[in-house]
Formats: sequence, structure tokens, C-alpha cells
Amino acid sequence: MSAPPLTQLGRSRPQAAWHVATVAEVRRETSTAVRLTLDVPTWPGSEAGSHLDLRLTAPDGYQASRSYSIASSAPGGPVVLAVDELPDGEVSPFLVHEVRPGDQLEVHGPLGSFFVWRPGESDRPVQLVAGGSGVVPLYAIAAAHGAAGDTSPLRLLYSVRRPGDVLFADELAALRGPAFELELVYTREAPATWAGPVGRLDKEALAASTVAASARPRVYVCGSTRFVETIAAWLQDLGHAAADIRTERFGGL
Amino acid sequence: MATHLDGNALAGALSEVFRADVTAARARCAGCGGVSPIARAMVYPDAPGLVARCASCDQVLATIVDAGDRVFLSLSGMSTIELRR
Repeated sequence: MSAPPLTQLGRSRPQAAWHVATVAEVRRETSTAVRLTLDVPTWPGSEAGSHLDLRLTAPDGYQASRSYSIASSAPGGPVVLAVDELPDGEVSPFLVHEVRPGDQLEVHGPLGSFFVWRPGESDRPVQLVAGGSGVVPLYAIAAAHGAAGDTSPLRLLYSVRRPGDVLFADELAALRGPAFELELVYTREAPATWAGPVGRLDKEALAASTVAASARPRVYVCGSTRFVETIAAWLQDLGHAAADIRTERFGGL
Repeated sequence: MATHLDGNALAGALSEVFRADVTAARARCAGCGGVSPIARAMVYPDAPGLVARCASCDQVLATIVDAGDRVFLSLSGMSTIELRR
């Protein structure tokens, strides 16, 4: 297959637009998160790592919108999200507790071309680092990497509080293989069979469980703002170049 | 929201202004002269709009205020944006 001209490449990226989404399925993912499957007939598809803005409109016309990373999507839908409840949130409690199949939502996307991974883009190893629900775009990257049969080495370091907090647990386990390594960090409680330490990541543990800076990995870090900034600073201390570290912060406490 | 976000969060608002996504585009800070992808800016969502600041020197790069039927966009803190065709 010959490469398409550059102008076509530029245009092949899906354009952002507003779409009407119908909730097809709401599935309890963890004690605080749900997996939402949305029917979006007009959806153009999305690159792994991108997000959308979801807008809710109250009966009195008040609107609130939030960004959610896309776990998976295909042209014409479905679009799959995982939404973790933020205790003081305005949008996530509605999505976790109230939304039902058949409900309609407005989504704007796909959005973002910075925190994305494209198959075949590079032979360099890729290190993904997730804090909590920051795993969603990184799961999308791991799934796209698997689907493309990309052989560049991919590693995911995923920090969760407890075993029951792992999002896409079965899917991530199924992706494990020669080109994809998954490592979990339990900060509060580990499975009974767990032999490793329990507790927050520190710089030494990060160094021991990620691709070494000398291998020049491309690194993606997603999580709460505090998590992302802590990890990114340690990665630079460990010798990774700032330009090799892509970050996405979702706020939080 | 208790803390800041980053320039990835500007993608939705900026897509209403620019033809293609610009969060991966590099911009020059009018304060310190540093060049960095817009996605690396620090974004404060608690003002009446979104305020993007330079991650290096804290200069206000951009403000975006959604006023319903209008959007107020200031890019005065960016002296150049590199747009790919």
C-alpha cells in the first residue's frame, strides 16, 4: 500500500462536531465508576487517547459540560466511556447514578491531537502511566496498539487504590502479550495473592517498573493533576526528556 | 474544580474557532519567548472562562469566555502559533 499524500493525511483526522448520543448501556465498572456505551450514528471515529466534551442541559436551561476520555469508538458508534464519580462533581454523579439506556446526551468531539497515539508512528518503546481513571485514554492506546498488531514495546503502569478499582480489568488482562506489559500498583489494598508492596508509588518504584530513560521511550501520563505533576517531575529526575513526556491532567483533589 | 487542568482541555473550545485541532500546535509565549505545544499550558477553569497560562513563566497565553451566542477569545499572550496545513 502506498502512502497517501500529506494533504489527505491531514484531512483524514476526524473533525470535531456536536453529536446527539443515545445511551445504549450503563454498566457498573467499579464501586465508583460506570461504563457508558453510547449510540452515536454520526460519530466519525477517534484516535486512541482523544476525548470528547459531554454537555448536560437541565430543564431550566442550565448547561454543564465536562471532558471525558474515549475508551473506544468506531465510525458510526458505539462510543465507550468510563466515568468515575467525583464526590463534588456536577456532571459525573448524574452519569454514574441517574443516566439510563435511551437517555440522550450531547457530545462534542473527537477532541485533542496531542495526547494521542497512532499506530506505526514510531519504533520507540512507549511507557504509559495511569493514576486511577486516568487509565481510560491509556487503555484506548493499549487496545489500538493490540488491534494494529504494532510491535513497538508498550508498557502500562497503573496505580489504583484497591483491586476492585481497576477499570477495563478483563480487557487489559487480555491484551497482555509479547508487545504489551501491564503492571499494577496498589496504594491502599492489594489482592490476597499479591507478593509486592502496597503503597503509593515513589521515585524508586517508578524507576524499577517503567522503561528506562536510556531506552528513550515515549511516555504518556494521565491522572489527577497532582498525580501527573508528581510523576512527570520524577520522570525528568530519572533522565527522561521533558519533550518525551506527554501529560493529561483531569483535575481532582 | 479544585485544581488546574492543561491545554488538552482547550480542544473543545478552540475547535469552534480553528478549522483543525490546535492543541498539539506549538505556540510562542509572548512573555518568556518559550515555544511549546498548547496542550502543555496550564489551564484554570474556575474563572468566568478558561484561562491558559504558560507552564514556564505563568504568562496568560489565552482566555476563552463562552457567552452563549458569542465566544470571547484572547490569544494576546501568544506571539506566534505554528499551524500545520
